[in-house]
Amino acid sequence: MVTASDLWLWLEEVSDPEIPVLTVVDLGVIRSVETDGKNAHIVITPTYSGCPAMKMIEDQIIEKLKEKGVDTCTVDLTLAPAWTTDWISEEGKNKLREYGIAPPENEPDKTVLFAKPTVVPCPQCRSLNTRMISLFGSTACKAHYQCNDCLEPYDYFKCLR
Amino acid sequence: MNQAHVDFVLRIADDSLILGHRLSEWCGHGPVLEEDIAMTNIALDLIGQATSLLSHAATLQGEGKTGDDLAFLRFDREYRNLLLVEQPNGDFGMTMMRQFLFDAYRTILFERLQSSSDEMIAAIAEKSLKETKYHLKHSSEWVIRLGDGTEESHARIQESLNTLWRYANELFYTDAVDDEMRNTGILPDLSDLRQQWENTVNHVFQEATLTIPTNNWKQEGGRKGMHSEHLGYILAEMQYMQRAYPNMEW
Ligand SMILES: [Zn+2]
Repeated sequence: MVTASDLWLWLEEVSDPEIPVLTVVDLGVIRSVETDGKNAHIVITPTYSGCPAMKMIEDQIIEKLKEKGVDTCTVDLTLAPAWTTDWISEEGKNKLREYGIAPPENEPDKTVLFAKPTVVPCPQCRSLNTRMISLFGSTACKAHYQCNDCLEPYDYFKCLR
Repeated sequence: MNQAHVDFVLRIADDSLILGHRLSEWCGHGPVLEEDIAMTNIALDLIGQATSLLSHAATLQGEGKTGDDLAFLRFDREYRNLLLVEQPNGDFGMTMMRQFLFDAYRTILFERLQSSSDEMIAAIAEKSLKETKYHLKHSSEWVIRLGDGTEESHARIQESLNTLWRYANELFYTDAVDDEMRNTGILPDLSDLRQQWENTVNHVFQEATLTIPTNNWKQEGGRKGMHSEHLGYILAEMQYMQRAYPNMEW
């Protein structure tokens, strides 16, 4: 007999294909899980409109739940409410930092034009003396920063609200 | 099927699709690695938006087509995008100017569409707005950096503005489709769209020391399917696989 808490637990074994240190649960893309005891229905939401990882996440969820003995698993995609970095768990943010990616800062995100770049502490030496290299990084969800003290270049998981 | 509703969604969808395709042409050709990555990331957002919007349009049509059918199997006269977004990339400054004129408009449009009575449009708008704000931040900063940069960068981006300005008026194009969408609550009030857009544009051009051309010659037609010669070449490249090998998947 499969329960919803089983599903949540098993989903924690599915990692984000682009940031393997995060599980799909940490990332906050699992919107709901349902089970009748045998089958499962999972609803996920994309981080960005064009996130190429969504299909892979869907396939991995289905594969993982099959492996755990779930009969059939369906995965649906929902767009609303729109994903926000506020849904990344605290544990997820710590994992990101340890992995060398600066987690999203608490950006007020009021102004778009002429806003100063966000101060993002270096995930290596914690220095605040850092600079933004580019608003866009290795994936849609990240910006590219560099530390002026230890010189380490790093990704910043952009605040999305 | 409500034809105005389908047309309305196609207009937004095709702007995303064609501009996304244009930006993707920079892949591997960016002036620096960071900008190559930035432009392809923005392209990815736009193609993602187009995917959601086109599949919504296909559902509204109810003819059993998919979003991919609409993306790859229409003829040029059936595309509803702005002339602005199909214009060639030119140099990096031209691409950033095209992007900025568009992003400044798109941010306002998506802000308003969040309260559309069409729940799918509202959801796509809410999601896309978050992305578009980053696009606008990026393009406006480049317009300022290049405009208020060296003598050459200033001259070149001013020239881009002179070239693209004739297409800006079409951002505010309205016809019976918009009227019907307003009456049904699908399109919220946009009467101050031009004013809001001009505020953004004037503010940025002032910082960028750029001058809006006094030549008021304007060109439009995209919303009704009358395109510049450039769209045909884009479609030839985009549709090649589906036309040459119908229904192929990979
Ligand atoms: Zn450091």
